[in-house]
Amino acid sequence: MRLTNTLLLFLFGFLLAAPTLKASEKEADNDAPFNPKPMIMHHISDSHEWHLWDVEGDDGEITAYSIPLPVILYHDGNVDVFLSSAFDHGKKNVTKSGVEFTMYHGKIYFANEISGIDINDKGEVLNDKPIDLSITKNVFMMLVSAVLLFVLFGSAGKSYGKKVSVPRGLTSFLEPLVIFVRDDIARPIIGEGKYERFMPFLLTAFFFIWINNLLGLVPFFPGGANVTGNIAVTLVLATFTFILTNVNGNKHYWRHIFAMPGVPIYVLPIMIIVELVGLIVKPVALMIRLFANITAGHIIILSLISLIFIFETLLISPVSIAFGLFMNVLELLVAALQAYIFTLLSALFIGGAVAEEH
Amino acid sequence: MNLVTPEIGLIFWTTVVFLILLFLLNKFAWKPILGAVKGREESIEKALNAAEEAKEEIKKLEAKNDDLLAEARKERDELLSQARETRDNIIGEAKEAGKKESEKIIASAKAAIANERKVAIAQIKEEVATLSVELAEKILKEQLKDNEKQKELVSKYVREINLN
Repeated sequence: MRLTNTLLLFLFGFLLAAPTLKASEKEADNDAPFNPKPMIMHHISDSHEWHLWDVEGDDGEITAYSIPLPVILYHDGNVDVFLSSAFDHGKKNVTKSGVEFTMYHGKIYFANEISGIDINDKGEVLNDKPIDLSITKNVFMMLVSAVLLFVLFGSAGKSYGKKVSVPRGLTSFLEPLVIFVRDDIARPIIGEGKYERFMPFLLTAFFFIWINNLLGLVPFFPGGANVTGNIAVTLVLATFTFILTNVNGNKHYWRHIFAMPGVPIYVLPIMIIVELVGLIVKPVALMIRLFANITAGHIIILSLISLIFIFETLLISPVSIAFGLFMNVLELLVAALQAYIFTLLSALFIGGAVAEEH
Repeated sequence: MNLVTPEIGLIFWTTVVFLILLFLLNKFAWKPILGAVKGREESIEKALNAAEEAKEEIKKLEAKNDDLLAEARKERDELLSQARETRDNIIGEAKEAGKKESEKIIASAKAAIANERKVAIAQIKEEVATLSVELAEKILKEQLKDNEKQKELVSKYVREINLN
């Protein structure tokens, strides 16, 4: 029994690794060791196109196949909208509204006089950038997840009749999750009578983070984008928590910051600084925790797959598959856990701001 | 570093998407779901309370029933003992009355019997007297059938009278 399982695992590994066989051979031909860092960085960063696969032509030319996404650029009062395929994966420059744009490592810059990029000694790009409001890979997946959330919960919300109804089907799965957020996060932490106001934010944040975490684990279109592992996304989410916390802070909350009870007057200036730093650090920790956890998960899985290319042998693929599978299952847990932790801590901060003096 | 530098575009879109999602989900999902759940919880609580009340009510009714039963039983016992007493009384009185009545009857019967005897004796005396007269007449007639004897008897009586 165990032997057949191991054999199956090997077979499965070979099958999955088959398309990459060519790649590893090519790497061996070039005689340059495979460096997983650019590949991993490419996978976890945002992109203007949805890369699907590469095809190597007869002449050795590698053609990338990808879904182009809309580019939206704002500069000097002009809005330019075009598909990212115009850049031909960064090989061509695009001229719009009399301005030439160039793409360098997936980022769009104003091109210099010789239609190129100025780079200093440290490898930093010196060109100016337009304001890039493109529908990137992350934005696209975010939109997909938003539609998904709306369809799922909208239909659940619609399934309730006028009278007291028993949840059925999809609703019976989603309702306990909503009740979980209410009864295990909001109600006990924020407190009876106060938590209702914050339910929409907490629920939306919880399910938005969770579904994006999950979609990020799907390895093919329209999943796989590292939305919740992007610092800009977690920054926005943490900022919402920060705003909600401080807008709803009552007088006890502010007194604890500016006039901590029981603290001698000469220590107060220090305490005020400490409290103000704490005010900022809390959402920053929230931002970094989610970003780091999700990005780390993606990096680990990609690294495990990279093992095949690093060792240049298919024999390692069962190990990669086994660990990759394990990590994927673990990430399923982390996906829910991080959504829970973000919501829990948001509730905690809000709860601290609206708590009565005790 | 690239990874920890937030992009303005993604910040913009995340804010927009999240706010729209917040608005839409709040309107079409959270409100109906939480409302329905709350309504259901309230109705369940109400039902539970009602059940509790009903239980209490039943308990009360049962206690009342028990009381009523006990009372009824007591009353029944009382009634039974009263009835027994009445019965005994009635029987006693009836016996008494019967006794008196029978005594009376016996006494009057005795009196009647005594009267009857007196009357019968008087009748018998009368009868005997009549019979005796008839007998004497018959004897006298028999004896005074012929003249000689009559003469003899007259003479005898005359003689007797003389003697006296």
